Amino acid sequence: MIQIKRMQENGVDVLAPVGEIDASSSIELDLAIAKSVGDGFTKILIDCSALEYISSAGLGVFMSYIEEFKEKNIKMVLFGMSEKVANTFQILGLNELLNIVKNKEEAKKIAG
Amino acid sequence: MLGVITWLALLFTDISVRFSIRNNVSPDSPVWLPGFILSLYILSLFYYYKLKIDRDEQLNLVDLLWRVFATGLVATVISLVLRLLEYILGTTKLTTNVFYLETNYLINLGLMIAFLIASFTAWKRLILYQKSKWLIRLWTFFEYTLLISLLYNSFSLPFVESLYNIILGGIIVLALILSGNMKWVAYLNFRQKWTSLLLLLLTLFYLFYGLYSIYTQVNVISGEATNIVDHRLHIFFVATMTFVTIYSIFSFLVILFNLPTSSVFEQKLEEVVNFQRISQSIQTEQSEESVYKILLETSVSTVFADAAWLEIHETGHTQKLFTYKITEKEAHDIIDHLKNKQVKGILDQGSDKTKNLSKLLSSLRGLRFRSILAFPIYVKGENIGNLALLKELPEGFNKEMTKIVSTFANQAGISIENFRLMEEAIQSERYKEELKIAKMVQKSLLPDVLEKDLDFEIAAFSESADEVGGDYYDTLRISETEVALIIADVSGKGTTAAFHMSQMKGIFHSLAQNCIEPNVFMQRANQALIYCLERGSFISAIFFLIDTKEKKVRYARAGHCPVLFYRSAETKAEFFEDKGIALGMVRNKSYSNFIQSYSFEYKSGDVMLLYTDGITEAANEKGEQFGYDRLAEVLKKNHADDPKFIQEDLVSKLYEFSGGDNINDDYTTMIVKFK
Repeated sequence: MIQIKRMQENGVDVLAPVGEIDASSSIELDLAIAKSVGDGFTKILIDCSALEYISSAGLGVFMSYIEEFKEKNIKMVLFGMSEKVANTFQILGLNELLNIVKNKEEAKKIAG
Repeated sequence: MLGVITWLALLFTDISVRFSIRNNVSPDSPVWLPGFILSLYILSLFYYYKLKIDRDEQLNLVDLLWRVFATGLVATVISLVLRLLEYILGTTKLTTNVFYLETNYLINLGLMIAFLIASFTAWKRLILYQKSKWLIRLWTFFEYTLLISLLYNSFSLPFVESLYNIILGGIIVLALILSGNMKWVAYLNFRQKWTSLLLLLLTLFYLFYGLYSIYTQVNVISGEATNIVDHRLHIFFVATMTFVTIYSIFSFLVILFNLPTSSVFEQKLEEVVNFQRISQSIQTEQSEESVYKILLETSVSTVFADAAWLEIHETGHTQKLFTYKITEKEAHDIIDHLKNKQVKGILDQGSDKTKNLSKLLSSLRGLRFRSILAFPIYVKGENIGNLALLKELPEGFNKEMTKIVSTFANQAGISIENFRLMEEAIQSERYKEELKIAKMVQKSLLPDVLEKDLDFEIAAFSESADEVGGDYYDTLRISETEVALIIADVSGKGTTAAFHMSQMKGIFHSLAQNCIEPNVFMQRANQALIYCLERGSFISAIFFLIDTKEKKVRYARAGHCPVLFYRSAETKAEFFEDKGIALGMVRNKSYSNFIQSYSFEYKSGDVMLLYTDGITEAANEKGEQFGYDRLAEVLKKNHADDPKFIQEDLVSKLYEFSGGDNINDDYTTMIVKFK
């Protein structure tokens, strides 16, 4: 099960998934990101500090937005990951394709 | 046939009697003979009609009346033709000849009796349309009494007037009692009633005509000749005649007075039929939509509504509207209007509220409807929609209609509930079937035999969870000194995963043959997969080339779990954390920037352990994961054993850790031991 908290800070949309993202809950993550894009945000931060686990399906959601964001010039930055979650990103090599940083300050800086 | 023969016999005997009397010769046949033969004739006709009318299951009520009418028509037409003939011939010698008259009379009598027996049999069916034990007994008694009267006449027993009157009176009383059974009338519809009235009227006409013609003929004959055998007073004849006439008149009157109420009965019958339609719709119809349509149709036709709509709440906030003689806009106007006026209890059950609804309706301007009847439809206690019926008349719905429509709405709810249950059952069955196929495909894609070499030995194991994933491993010998290895994990589950797995197998077998560098292999594989992997799907893999001549392994890691390698010289197990992203993540040529080849040299006693994330992510009850450390431990402990043993120990440790037989992901491992 997952809950996605959403809040805006100075034109930056911050999404914070709480819990585990598996095959079924990845759909909610997808919807949340799509909604943020639909609302016209160009700076999307993903707060992963309360994310306990992410399956390959969840990673697939982030992956699927990479090209779209590049085209639309939308910046997505992930931050606050636990070591375990970060490792999952790392093994797949997603850390090379996504902006993953330690904390919110750094994330905001990258997002501009 | 028998009837015709006996009739001819009757003719013959009667005429012979007449002849002998005329010639003043004592008749050579006994006096009772004509009576006996007449009885035979009656009996044979009786059985003929019993076979023809009583046993014919296909005859409906109107058909029965039609048969009687037809018999009457034939009898009357023949009689009229004879009369016409007589008229044309005028008073010649022939027409006044007593033999001619006698024959004529007998023809008429025969026809009349046939008509009477036919009516008798038909009336029997009508009376016994709704049988009771008592009624059947009474009827049997009636028939036997008639039979006795027939016998009484057959043997020319001495004519006793009082006895004659008693028997006749008894029969008439019986006939009257039996004539009270008119239940069949109720089953006729309006049109059938009109037809029946006409047929009965004509039947009565034939009866009276027949009686009249026989009566006059007997009078004529008795004028001509004495000692005529008068069958008129035949008790059976009189009794049957009375019965048939009474019943015909009764039926005629009952039908006539039933005409105004017949529509009510028809309506009731239709309600029952409609009810059945709704209940059965679940078995025959393919969709919920048809259940809704039937509900709408039947409700409208049952209460004679001028318009109606059925509003179904679908998942989310969308609503579906089925309408009858009302536009969607009109329906929405009314719904909105009612919502505005009465937020709570809108379109709810209960006649009081319905009355209120009708009152509210009148406040909506420009509306042609003056009364509304609305019911909610519940499925599993959840209101899935509302049925609304409209009439242009004020107070157009009575209590009966309310009850009926409420029953319809309930039944439709049950039908839809059943329908959904069935749909779910089918769906889950289909899903199970799909899983079975996916599992079978997955199993068949994995190799039965792995490559062997003097330099190494391989053991592999793969177990999939209930939800099939797409773990894949394979080996391929390229040349005498080179063998290709692959382990891959397709994201996603079910048939799509199995499908991508088979694509990966195809890619491996076609690309690996050419002995290309591992990073080139990955680039080409990525290029090939771009076109078939859907958005969000990817494949993690590691591709190896073992060169036994150089004792070197070259490999490329595409986002797959890092290789665990045990160096026997250093007695140390380490994970090769190399760069490389999964296949399908970068969907253009720039993928080559994200993948590269690595290599290592192996020595005898070294062990390479490959696995999928199902193993490291296997969790125990506390939620702890099996992890990399436990994996390394297992390898360190068993490095000296052959790969099969290492694999078995790993699997048993894994099950021990996660506790129980149920696994939540696919476990796949491939262990290469170098010699």
